[in-house]
Amino acid sequence: MSFFGEINHYDQKEILGQIMEKRPADVEEALHAERLSLDAFQALISPAAENYLEPMAVRAHEITKQRFGNNILMYVPIYLSNECTNGCLYCGFNACNKIGRKTLTLEEIEEDALTLNKHEFRHVLLLTGEDPDRIGNDYLVAAVKKIKHLFGSISIEVYPMDTDGYKQMVEAGVDGLTIYQETYDPVLYEKLHPFGKKRDYKWRLETPERGGEAGLRKIGIGALLGLGNFYTEAFFTGLHALYLARRYWRTQVSVSFPRIRPADGGFAPLYNVTDKQMVQGICATRLLIPDAGLVLSTRESAQFRDNLIPLGITQMSAGSCTAPGGYAHEDESTGQFSIDDDRSPEEISRIIRAKGYEAVWKDWDPAFLERAS
Amino acid sequence: MDEFIIANRRFRSRLMVGTGKFSSNEAMLEAMVASGSDIVTVALRRVDIDNPQDYMLKHIDRERYLLLPNTSGARDAEEAIRLARLARAAGCEPWIKLEVTPDPYYLLPDPIETYKAAQILIKDGFTVLPYINADPILAKHLQEIGCATVMPLGAPIGTNKGVKTRDNIAIIIEQARVPVVVDAGLGAPSHAAEAMEMGADAVLVNTALAVSPNPRLMAAAFKKGVEAGREAFLAGLGKKRKLAEASSPLTGFLREVK
Repeated sequence: MSFFGEINHYDQKEILGQIMEKRPADVEEALHAERLSLDAFQALISPAAENYLEPMAVRAHEITKQRFGNNILMYVPIYLSNECTNGCLYCGFNACNKIGRKTLTLEEIEEDALTLNKHEFRHVLLLTGEDPDRIGNDYLVAAVKKIKHLFGSISIEVYPMDTDGYKQMVEAGVDGLTIYQETYDPVLYEKLHPFGKKRDYKWRLETPERGGEAGLRKIGIGALLGLGNFYTEAFFTGLHALYLARRYWRTQVSVSFPRIRPADGGFAPLYNVTDKQMVQGICATRLLIPDAGLVLSTRESAQFRDNLIPLGITQMSAGSCTAPGGYAHEDESTGQFSIDDDRSPEEISRIIRAKGYEAVWKDWDPAFLERAS
Repeated sequence: MDEFIIANRRFRSRLMVGTGKFSSNEAMLEAMVASGSDIVTVALRRVDIDNPQDYMLKHIDRERYLLLPNTSGARDAEEAIRLARLARAAGCEPWIKLEVTPDPYYLLPDPIETYKAAQILIKDGFTVLPYINADPILAKHLQEIGCATVMPLGAPIGTNKGVKTRDNIAIIIEQARVPVVVDAGLGAPSHAAEAMEMGADAVLVNTALAVSPNPRLMAAAFKKGVEAGREAFLAGLGKKRKLAEASSPLTGFLREVK
């Protein structure tokens, strides 16, 4: 059964009710569990757990340290294009927004890539909007081939593809896929995506599965925090990650915690996700899946990011620019959203070190994917 | 002289160390020195193998240490073989710690793919040290095809649980004709001592050093644990008995009265 089939067994309101009913005793029991049941996970993401953030953080810290050591993997996004035919209400690339549009040429992509390579980055995430006439699989394959000699690992965060499309990406040298469901609430999803291919909730929800079938090695998921109710989004994100980890057992699943940022179009968050809830979500997810990668982007403030480092985070972006071509040439087009932590990679690396961690720039090798000739 | 020999190469130390998970490269180097190890394993995925300026490649003195590349992250035989060949092409000695761990969660070794990769790498001229589950029959197969050691796990990587596979490791040690190196899961010097007391030829430790608040001191402690365990093994441990046997028997007088 696909995750779409699985999620249909759950009633969103019923799940929210179960979470809201959790009591301190449930949280305490969950904190002592060797492995979390879904019921215990609900306790840890519930309002009752807000008074237990310190013991949750201590456990999340210990588990992460044991499994991942004192390392934080560094990555950087490269925006290849901001052209998009979707109407996602919260996104700066929304087709209705009158912004400067740009799709990088292969030469421009290489320019950005060279700049990032000089900053030591060896893990990159390529991003585009969804515009089949302008950005297709062949464009991405050409982009990957152009820059793969500069990096150890290339992941994509682009429009959803079918399984064959992902196989094509793997062959070109892509090892990771990031795809956010944005919201697991199908009713809200429909409202937020008034037109465009992205309107299809099921197609998007099953995207990580198609990536897994195609043999992608790393799959990242997440809900865009600030759209749906925090508690149900945290629950279904955890459920989704567990589903993927069990089904695609050769694939490393990671979970991101993107919180909505100001973007062109002036969308205001529908749900205010607090810093405390962010911490709660990160720690509870760590306790649910001790081996999952947990990812933090530059959407958050420098100070908040620094404080989150020891709580279970394993990967961070740094020095990010969300506008295509923004690394080699500043201010040529408009970004997807504004970032908060604008410190340089070197500066962030120093801070990671001061926290007792080592910033790791390379933890993958393209040789894994090169089939024997 | 109690020498530790792998593939005709002599080593003084019976403690091998890993280089991942440390809070800084300096902490890793300090621990390496304090451990007294001669063999240091490095994940190929973590190094820029073609770049002589890569921190690990530059700072690990290859006159002093055997830099043992490992194939951590390989999901099948083909990937492991490719990585091993890359390392050799970049100038590493043709020694490889073979790790094939298709499940990124518990990082347990795949016996089938490990066996396949070992066969090909040995034919290819590599000295192969395979990481395996504590499976005595697999150990025999790998030994038969020419692996230089077998490296059974004490417990899953990073768990610090100690020699949980004790009974099977005892069988491997009893039957092996190649050195047995207990790899993974050793969280305390006493665990390392236990493996050595059992007759293991060496142990490999990484997480216990890397995540210790004081990796250098912990490495020194493991060094002692390994040495103590080895000496106890050589001296011969007393047999465990169900009944106490006092050094001055309580009923000795009965023998005296005739």
